Amino acid sequence: MAEKIIQFKVFRYKQGDPEPHYDTFMVTVNERTTVLDALETIRRDQDGTLTFRHSCHHASCGTCGMRVNGREVLACVTNVMELGTSEVTVEPLQNAPLISDLVVDMSGFYETYSQAHMPLIRESEYLTESEVAEGVPFHMRLESCLECGLCLSACPVVGTDPDYIGPATLAAVWRVVQEPRGEDPEALLAWIDSEQGCWRCHAAMECTEVCPSNVDPGGAIMALRGELTRRKIGRLFGKA
Amino acid sequence: MANYHVVIIGGGGTGAALAHDLALRGIRVTVVERGEVTSGTTGRHHGLLHSGARYAVKDQESAKECIQENMILRKIAPGSFELNDGLFVAITEEDLAYYDEFMEGCAVCGIPTRTLTREEALRLEPNLNPEVKLAVQVPDGTMDAMRLPLRFFATAKHNGAVIKPFTEVISLNMEGKTVTGVHVRDHTTGKEYDIGADIVVNAAGPWAEKIARMAGVDVPVQPSPGVLVAVWGRYNNMVINRLHRSGDGDIIVPQRELSIIGTSSWVVDDPDQLEVPEEHIRLMYEKGAEMIPAIKHAKMRAAWSAARPLIGSRGATTGRELSRTFKCFDHADEGVEGFVTITGGKATTARAMAETTADVVVRKLGIDAPCRTREVVLLPHTAYYT
Repeated sequence: MAEKIIQFKVFRYKQGDPEPHYDTFMVTVNERTTVLDALETIRRDQDGTLTFRHSCHHASCGTCGMRVNGREVLACVTNVMELGTSEVTVEPLQNAPLISDLVVDMSGFYETYSQAHMPLIRESEYLTESEVAEGVPFHMRLESCLECGLCLSACPVVGTDPDYIGPATLAAVWRVVQEPRGEDPEALLAWIDSEQGCWRCHAAMECTEVCPSNVDPGGAIMALRGELTRRKIGRLFGKA
Repeated sequence: MANYHVVIIGGGGTGAALAHDLALRGIRVTVVERGEVTSGTTGRHHGLLHSGARYAVKDQESAKECIQENMILRKIAPGSFELNDGLFVAITEEDLAYYDEFMEGCAVCGIPTRTLTREEALRLEPNLNPEVKLAVQVPDGTMDAMRLPLRFFATAKHNGAVIKPFTEVISLNMEGKTVTGVHVRDHTTGKEYDIGADIVVNAAGPWAEKIARMAGVDVPVQPSPGVLVAVWGRYNNMVINRLHRSGDGDIIVPQRELSIIGTSSWVVDDPDQLEVPEEHIRLMYEKGAEMIPAIKHAKMRAAWSAARPLIGSRGATTGRELSRTFKCFDHADEGVEGFVTITGGKATTARAMAETTADVVVRKLGIDAPCRTREVVLLPHTAYYT
């Protein structure tokens, strides 16, 4: 397999540092090496103090969100050679408090996100024609949103308005409206029908662009607006 | 009760379940993990909520643990699993010849089964190899490898446990032959400090041997990596297993919008040296396609390795011959006080591993506090952050 030496320019910061800086590491990569593989190699062989978040290594946990060459990605599924640059810049997500190096604090995100009360399990839309096994209520699967925060980092509105509910949470609200599963979509619709809710979005669609898991938060926000508008018109004509 | 403090080394599934168990027993707990929580073996596992059927013939102790824990997890972590059950599929005559042994093993271990004809199996899973001879339904499921342990961590935290990610153990503090705490480096600040403990528990998974050596004791952990391949798309809703002895690429776990094929098995000395051999990736595709032919052309999402922390003496060759059960070592047996190691096991059995370990901890502390983790429903994973 072809190999190549790549220069990684990595954002560094420890609590108490006057300001962040960049460190450079040379890493030999092959056609399969991901940015996460490269970071693990750096930590193992060159600098054991490098901090970054990671867990599943296959884009299902959402912890390794970061900016690679300025773009929000999951490091575990970002192939280094396919980036096509001999220098690769790795930086933490934006719009979340920095903890150290590539690690940001996700607690603010979860404060808002958990208010959507989206159940983790949904009905699977795959193989709908197949029979359901005895004893199984319905074909079920885990929700698509990985809670990775890429959409929040990429969103130009979140960057300027910290009170904006944001694309991930709005997408979760839309999922509850689509499939309530015992939750209360009315209260959620009232919550997001506000200046900091779905009307705050500028439709830049960066969220949908960077989403690694087909959630399409931009589409969900537009769908919420449609739903609210339909209800308003319905009320206008007395059929609420 | 005295205010005892236990430090757990390792923020994987075992450390999470143990922190929860000890916190419920009224003990102060601090978990230290060198990286993010679940960044070692835990996050990288297959995501299979085992029914135990995979081990029902050759490793019945583990099989029984799996089915018991499977049933407990459904109660204490509702809403966390894709509960579509699993199928063991016989594709060849040789697979079929394994059926009797398999059914007997499942019966002995208390794993419920339902045998399906070829036609019934294909109605449930139309993408199965049409050569399928028969299938056996078992209560397998899919879990989120990170979010289930996060529920243990969340509940532990809300009961007072302190979780410290990015905090690496540099050495164990000892007075004579007694472990009295840990010396750690906080990688978010670069500062080093000591944490005192009445008991230190080594729950470092495949790194457990490295930690044990810091106390001058040896634990027989054999790091055994396996390759997993995730492909785009769901070709099955149930977990599909090959009806034969454990082998390579014989389980396809559907999860979210992916299918995960695994796994292979070999042994290494250093769990930080995890290669993803190209031939293993090919093997996953090949073996996966024997059960679901469409896998052959499925688009790859990711390929990675995870190191199982198997209990076994050095000299194992593939790791397949080692049991998936777990073992708790009280190192007082080797003359070192205040130090316990838990290793082996599976993600499915983490709660049981924690119960066994916490029983040893409270016995050592001389307190009477029964385990409550079989009944207490866990907080949602988001509560870890809020």
